[in-house]
Amino acid sequence: MSDTRFARLLAVALVALTLFNFPMIEVIERWSELSGVALVPVYFFGAWAGVIALAAWLLERESGGEP
Amino acid sequence: MPKRVLVVDDEPNIVLSLEFLMRRAGFEVQVARTGGEALKALEGEPPDLVLLDVMMPEVDGYEVCERLRAKPEWRKTKIVMLTARGREAERERGLALGADAYITKPFSTRELVEQVKRMLEVA
Amino acid sequence: MSQLATLAILISLAYLAFLFALASWGDRRAEQGRSVIANPYIYTLSLAVYCTAWTYFGSVGVAAGQGVGFLPVYLGPTLLALLFLGPVRKILLIAKAYGITSIADFASARYGKSGAVAGLVTIVALVGSIPYISLQLKAVATGIELLLAHDGADAQGALGADSALLVALVLAAFSILFGTRHIDATEHHQGMVLAIAFESIVKLLCFLAVGVFVTWVLFAGPSDLLARAEAAGIVDRLHFSATRLGYADWFLLTLLSAFAVLLLPRQFQVVVIENLEIGHLRRASWMFPCYLLIINLFVLPIALAGLILGGTVAEADSFVLRLPLVHGQGWLAIVAFLGGLSAATAMVIVETVAVSTMISNDLVMPLLLRIRSLGLAQRPDLTGLILGVRRAGILLAIAGGYLFFHSVGEAMGLVSIGYIAFAGVAQFAPLLLLGIAWKGANRNGAVVGLLAGFSVWLYTLVLPSFVTAGVLPESLLREGPFGVALLRPTALFGLEGLHPVAHCTLWSLSANTGLLVLVSLLTRASDLERLQAILFVDVEQSRRTPRLWRGEAKVGALEELLVRFLGRPAAEAIWRAETARRGRPLDPDEPADAGLVERAERQLARAIGAASARAVVASAVRGESIGPDALLEILDETQKVIEYSRRLEQKSQELEAATAELRHANERLRELDRLKDDFLATVSHELRTPLTSIRSFSEILLDNPDLGAEERAHFLRIITSESERLTRLINDVLDLSKIESGRMDWQIGPADLAELVREGIRAAQGLVAEKGVELEVAIPDEPAPVTCDRDRIVQVVLNLLSNACKFVPRPGGRVRVELQRKGPMFEIRVEDNGPGVPPAARELVFEKFHQLTGDLNTQKPTGTGLGLTISKQIVERFGGRIWVEDARLGGAALCFTLPVAESPSAVRAAA
Repeated sequence: MSDTRFARLLAVALVALTLFNFPMIEVIERWSELSGVALVPVYFFGAWAGVIALAAWLLERESGGEP
Repeated sequence: MPKRVLVVDDEPNIVLSLEFLMRRAGFEVQVARTGGEALKALEGEPPDLVLLDVMMPEVDGYEVCERLRAKPEWRKTKIVMLTARGREAERERGLALGADAYITKPFSTRELVEQVKRMLEVA
Repeated sequence: MSQLATLAILISLAYLAFLFALASWGDRRAEQGRSVIANPYIYTLSLAVYCTAWTYFGSVGVAAGQGVGFLPVYLGPTLLALLFLGPVRKILLIAKAYGITSIADFASARYGKSGAVAGLVTIVALVGSIPYISLQLKAVATGIELLLAHDGADAQGALGADSALLVALVLAAFSILFGTRHIDATEHHQGMVLAIAFESIVKLLCFLAVGVFVTWVLFAGPSDLLARAEAAGIVDRLHFSATRLGYADWFLLTLLSAFAVLLLPRQFQVVVIENLEIGHLRRASWMFPCYLLIINLFVLPIALAGLILGGTVAEADSFVLRLPLVHGQGWLAIVAFLGGLSAATAMVIVETVAVSTMISNDLVMPLLLRIRSLGLAQRPDLTGLILGVRRAGILLAIAGGYLFFHSVGEAMGLVSIGYIAFAGVAQFAPLLLLGIAWKGANRNGAVVGLLAGFSVWLYTLVLPSFVTAGVLPESLLREGPFGVALLRPTALFGLEGLHPVAHCTLWSLSANTGLLVLVSLLTRASDLERLQAILFVDVEQSRRTPRLWRGEAKVGALEELLVRFLGRPAAEAIWRAETARRGRPLDPDEPADAGLVERAERQLARAIGAASARAVVASAVRGESIGPDALLEILDETQKVIEYSRRLEQKSQELEAATAELRHANERLRELDRLKDDFLATVSHELRTPLTSIRSFSEILLDNPDLGAEERAHFLRIITSESERLTRLINDVLDLSKIESGRMDWQIGPADLAELVREGIRAAQGLVAEKGVELEVAIPDEPAPVTCDRDRIVQVVLNLLSNACKFVPRPGGRVRVELQRKGPMFEIRVEDNGPGVPPAARELVFEKFHQLTGDLNTQKPTGTGLGLTISKQIVERFGGRIWVEDARLGGAALCFTLPVAESPSAVRAAA
């Protein structure tokens, strides 16, 4: 099952790549400027934590499975 | 009534010597120079003994012997085969075909005459 | 010397001593087989050696000036960690399967065990790690200087030396003590891993302690911090624009960091080489990003706090230490320093172990072993030498770091220095990642790509750093070398606006990847390279095939070997024999005794060659899996066996052909033997026939003295003529045997054929007269020159004439002799008016003892039956031909030819 698991993680990595790059950063930057609140660091750490949580959930869901 | 001997050989000089020897021994002699002639000579009254050379052109001595033995009325005729080929296989072949004796050339004339006499139960 | 600095240094030394003890304990546990690190948590913590002084001090430095600009260095590794179960797992599989000891070893093994690749990777790794090590030296030295300055002391005066030099010396000593305790690079450094995992905890806790102190002691929590930042007018640092990075820069730096977390020599060491179980990757895949996230949580707060509390951006690299110091927290400052020290030492230890292993294994030892005059290959124990080389390697790397720090590093920020190293080792990415995915990547491509990437890196990133340091003139960056603007190192080909590191990454990786692919496509890989490519790319498949087992040699393992190399039936036959020998069945789980191992090896040697058999059996006995070397040897020997069997097959075909030839020759010989037998039987017959007449008539004459004179004379004449016949026969047989065996004494000379024919006719005169034959002769007057043996040709003519006379009718026999020139030949015809020779017999008349049956009513032919055979031999000896055809006279025509002699003078001389 390690192939499917890797496929899922690859998807997570792609999501992370999207979240951590243009245009998402641009979008957040704009909101930040509009709202006057420094959203960028919060966004980065939030997205980062979200990605890790998603990966952890996927990896630990079938704990005890094959490595 | 003298016994009759048929001499068959394709060598004129050997025929001559055999004819001489058989006459001297008191037999009536008939001569054939080929196998075919020999068979023809047998047609009439069969001789008591045939001195038969093996190596002859066309019909050879074995064939004559075989034909001779094939006919019951010729059964009593004795056959002495003469050959210049002294191999054991040929000797056996001749005897197997019904020859009564097998003599290798050159032969001792005395022995030959004695052999013939013995076979014809003279003396 | 001041109190705080002394305390800090003492505590640091104690800390290092504790680390050493911890590592020793870890090693002892490993030796006892009770590993303390065999779990994913330690593995994850060991990966955190990624977070060095750069992270500990440098991130805050970046954040103070560029806000979230420090993040790509951690986002990249997060992305890569998510791929741990993909390409990284594959790299681990390969490394474990083939006993890889370093990234240079990996690259070299992939590209046909190329020494060039190994050496090149080692050099790039060494050069790349130098700025990185200098970064650690700088960070620790700065920390010490800060502590000393806090105590009001001058570093130079207090230490009596340059603090960076002292740090370098201590780290070098520690690394040598730590990293070169044993030499077997394939063994895991469990103690070291335990120590750096511990350090990862220390640096994390220390950093968090500072962060908590800053956020909740100096400030009243994050919102307070934020509010005061706003008040201080530095909240713009929290916008993305503060990073002064474009999205392309951002992306490229992320990519670069993703590569770095795997490709930095120390990272490859902990991720790949020190990994105990591939299964640990799974948990590390999310826990390592977690660690990165946590250690970065307080970077921005500390940076903002530092700035709010009056620090400058230039000082920001040391905010972590400065803030506790400035606020009188001596102990916390020591904790902060200790955290930084642990981050730095962990990096330096692992990096130098990794690099020095490469230097010894992949660069120096291969070169030394190649120098035959040193005779190293014969030395039984090279341990001391290898250790020496490794220690020298460690010193070299740290000395390089120190020198770099002095010439360049003092002028640069920590992160800038770190990025240089990142971009350097990123050059391994194309050859490594393409190498495990694409079999087509070959050595030439890897070398050319790496050299190109390395050169671009030196030019676009290292060179500019020397400009920043003032070593090189600034005009180089502004105007380009020799004023060529297109070649400006930080704006190559006019590509401006990128961050220098991103710029370097883009150009170097493009050149590297592009050339790797291009050159690989254009050049041929050696067989070894192709084999290695398959072993690497298809590692999953090859892993599924049964491996040779760990531990002592079990009977079952040997059996498996035999089955694998000999096939099941052969293996089972051997096993039955073994069972019979022992009188009891073999248990697969029992250890094999030496005899069994030896016999198994012997059996294997028959199939795969001795060297290979030794290699595979030894691997089973020692419990190692078969390494690529052994595999190749096996492949090579198998190749030899195949070649040998091919040759054998060829030989057997040749043998078959030879046998057929021999059989044929034998048949021919037997046939000849039979012919000889027949010939002898015939000769015997022909000899006995005249002998019979001679003996008979002699005996008749002896026994009959009464014969008449005429009869006696007749008989005596017969005896005489038969004796003559016998003599002729003997002569002919002797002649023939001489001619046939090549022992004939030919008297060759020029002759006049016409003369010879006339001579032959004269010799036959008696016979002709005797038979009353009418003889016609048609011979031209002019000489007919030939080269021959006169007597023999006369004999031929005589033979033909007597032959003709034999068959002509009596009376009325006619014979005609003719000599003619026909082109280059003279032709002699002897015709008669006899019965002729039927066409079917025309070839046979020349065979031995083939008697031409004449007219039997007249007389048996008197010839020996060898005359024509001998004539044929003679004519052919002199280049002529003899044959029979129809005669104009009605009977047979016996004809022969002889070649005309070239020079008529020869004839005159003969005449």
